[in-house]
Amino acid sequence: MTVTRENGRLELIFPAIDSEASKAIASLHDGFVRLGLPEDRLSDVKIALAEAINNVVEHAYSGLPPGKVQIVADLDKDHLEVRITDAGNPLPGLRVPDGIPASVDTDLGDLPEGGFGWFLIRRLSDRVQYHRLQGRNLLKLEFRFCAPASESQ
Amino acid sequence: MPLSSKTTGEIQVVTVEAGRIDAAMAIQFKDDMRAITDSEAARVILDLTAVEFIDSSGLGAIVASMKQLGGGRKLDLAGLQPVVEKVFRLTRMDTVFNLYPNLDEALTPSVE
Repeated sequence: MTVTRENGRLELIFPAIDSEASKAIASLHDGFVRLGLPEDRLSDVKIALAEAINNVVEHAYSGLPPGKVQIVADLDKDHLEVRITDAGNPLPGLRVPDGIPASVDTDLGDLPEGGFGWFLIRRLSDRVQYHRLQGRNLLKLEFRFCAPASESQ
Repeated sequence: MPLSSKTTGEIQVVTVEAGRIDAAMAIQFKDDMRAITDSEAARVILDLTAVEFIDSSGLGAIVASMKQLGGGRKLDLAGLQPVVEKVFRLTRMDTVFNLYPNLDEALTPSVE
């Protein structure tokens, strides 16, 4: 994993495998703390990025040899923009999934064990954009934190 | 996946001794939970005090762990850290499990 950090920017490149994704998320967490991301947004950013990175590992590179994931995060005074790039398969329909979560009002045996990823990404970020450019996926997530933080329901 | 277990009477407490349950360890967690909860205890309490981060894969593994208990056995959760609690709350899984702030409260007989 390569990590660089300067002038409010954090860059990370790592192979698209679970164990590296785990380390990358921990490393991003530390990087955001050092950059000064407000504490009340830190967990939101961490949860959303973990889901976005897991999607790349599990879906974009599904059936392909694992490639690289690149993350560039820019912290400004009132928002954080994170760009996640990979060279895997495009999102179905070239669009960000709606992320409607499965209902939990069901019998034990029918409880969903997944399908919450895009719901959490959409719920915790303020803006989600997706572009397919020259065989690469670019997912842009924006997190605003001007007071009051968008933590509340 | 480091798990430890202690059974007292009808209650088995399984303690997660890892700081995270994420995609990299979700399958292992589910398998280890299956092995460690292969007991007669009517109630299993999963102590998550050490877990500082969980993603939706980890959440799914906990749901799967409850399903595989089978036979009306309950899986209760104790010691959810703020980020973990948030993932449960946002996905509404907080309505599916009994959540306790810590293990002591989970072990205190409820007055109903």
